[in-house]
Amino acid sequence: MLRSIALWLEDRLHIAKLFQATAGHKVPQSSKSWFYVFGSGTLLCFVLQIVTGTLLAFTYVPSANEAWTSLQYLNNEAFLGWFLRAIHNWGSIFMVAIMSAHLIQTFLFGAYKYPRELTWVSGCFLFLCTLGMAFTGQILRFDQDAYWGLGIGASIMGRVPFIGAEMVHLMLGGAIIAGETLSRFFALHVFLVPGMIIALLSLHLRLVLTKGINEYPQPGRVVRKESYVAEYEEEIEKTGVPFVPNVIGKDLIFSGCLIIAIVTCALAFGPAGPSGPPNPTLIHTAPKPDFYFLPIFAALSLLPAYMETFLVLVLPVLAIAALVLLPFYSGTGEKSYRQRPMAVVVVLLALTTLGLLAYAGTFTPWSPHMEAWSDTPTPAAYLQGRSPLELQGAILMQSKQCRNCHPLNGEGGLRGPALDTVATRLTGDQLIRQVIQGSGNMPAYGKNLRPAEVTALVAFMQTLRPSHQPAARDSSKH
Amino acid sequence: MNETNSDCGCKQAVPAGSQPAESISRRNLLLKIGAGLNAVAGALVGVPLIGYAMSSFARRSKTSWISLGALAKFPEGETRLAVYRNPVSQTWDGDTAEIPCWVRRVNSESFQVFAINCTHLGCPVRWFQESRLFMCPCHGGAFYEDGSHASGPPPRGLFEYEHKVEGGELKVLGGHLPTLAEPLRKGDA
Repeated sequence: MLRSIALWLEDRLHIAKLFQATAGHKVPQSSKSWFYVFGSGTLLCFVLQIVTGTLLAFTYVPSANEAWTSLQYLNNEAFLGWFLRAIHNWGSIFMVAIMSAHLIQTFLFGAYKYPRELTWVSGCFLFLCTLGMAFTGQILRFDQDAYWGLGIGASIMGRVPFIGAEMVHLMLGGAIIAGETLSRFFALHVFLVPGMIIALLSLHLRLVLTKGINEYPQPGRVVRKESYVAEYEEEIEKTGVPFVPNVIGKDLIFSGCLIIAIVTCALAFGPAGPSGPPNPTLIHTAPKPDFYFLPIFAALSLLPAYMETFLVLVLPVLAIAALVLLPFYSGTGEKSYRQRPMAVVVVLLALTTLGLLAYAGTFTPWSPHMEAWSDTPTPAAYLQGRSPLELQGAILMQSKQCRNCHPLNGEGGLRGPALDTVATRLTGDQLIRQVIQGSGNMPAYGKNLRPAEVTALVAFMQTLRPSHQPAARDSSKH
Repeated sequence: MNETNSDCGCKQAVPAGSQPAESISRRNLLLKIGAGLNAVAGALVGVPLIGYAMSSFARRSKTSWISLGALAKFPEGETRLAVYRNPVSQTWDGDTAEIPCWVRRVNSESFQVFAINCTHLGCPVRWFQESRLFMCPCHGGAFYEDGSHASGPPPRGLFEYEHKVEGGELKVLGGHLPTLAEPLRKGDA
């Protein structure tokens, strides 16, 4: 009975033939490596995101008025809603991470070279689409960070020459962040970008079948357009093994570990947000993007202002072009990273840069600590034995919000230099000038402080030095 | 039936007595008509769809005068947060239709109304009465009380609303998110 059903299905669907052409296709024996598991891992994450995303859409309300409340409902009331949100969140983090590993691996193993140019190009666009999903997903978590994240996005769009205003309008679905904006990002996140991903993925997988998986590169084995295809076919002929069941084992083990890791993180850390409600009048907020976009967020603060527009508008285009076009200017030659030191340097440099920027982005030393002036007291040691005038200055240092940018004893904002030893660096005259005129990143306080206040403030700052270090002195006067 | 057979490619043998040349030209004609018809149909659907999706390039943002409340709400020499309801809001906008702005009353006659958005990347600037500065939480931009740039990465001073006093109320011309491409006032870049 079962046999007859199977034979009937086989007759109608040609399953054996399909299997032969897809899962059972022959791959190089050398591709049976732990380095080759990231592609299937990314695919698994994507499937997980589709399943959890669809289930979330059962409950989520894509309306500016109700989205935030529906997330609270998912977190606190819907049965296992919090777990679903947590898996979707951690699935996205793992998807970006594993996909980056896949990108780096195929880059270092020269997998993008002839004749797999389109596999690489489609992969690059899949990567961009995935980042697009990360950004739009962050907006669907319609909270304060999402609201101001849209403001940041619109401000960046507003820097586009000539059509900036129209681009802002296109992005927001109107003149201002409102209901239409969320609907727009919902359509992008749920229909448009996933549709693009499925289309690109189909192409990507088809190319993996037609052009074959990259063999494990050997140093000295050079890709030549004249001979590569014949060499590859010969290798498949001689030592090729079917992907299923010979090679898929490592992918399965990795996939299993991946799912367990995602579920573990979801259980341990729970869902992300939502933070405060998306009410623009609640301005006591310090917006921050999700992890993936922290490097850009950090770079926007650390780079000189004149480079910013170039950085946010032109550099990404150049970087994407360099990445997408890679197989067209470096399509032949050595594949192995052992023979491509520059490739290794590029990867290390990129990872170091992004890592350091993301690290800086997590504690934002460039942002004033808005509450430091009122909730971070002056260290008691700095007040002992001070004269009334100096104590008056200490009060002014708090009340005039100096501490929002300047730390004392490591506490307070980090935007300006620490003032613990300021008297060893600047003389009284220099301190007065700095306070009144400001400079660089410091606003001028000349209009906001009375002369007596400046005197008191500077008197206090002149006491800020360790007893074993002399005060700064004006060499022109001695 | 002859055309169908040759179209699908499954029967290459043409039955005797048919006229291949004629049938091919007839097929070409049908193909051309079909393609042409679909091009027209595609345009009929596609042009409005693209027009809908790209409407931002056609419609301009509308602004209108909105009251921020009675003048008495704004003491002289002080800067206060005011909130207005977006004039083009929809019922499903929820809280996002409430737009905050900073009102500075210079003296009894003169006002300045600033957008909440930092000119760097649009984050909400906060007013500090004691140091008379606006500070931005995102990248540390700071502005003086008159809105001019004090320090940090912002490329210009705060965006300022067009405003007027009418019937004892302060009114602003609001309704769109200010950006470098489209500040709040015409010619204000």
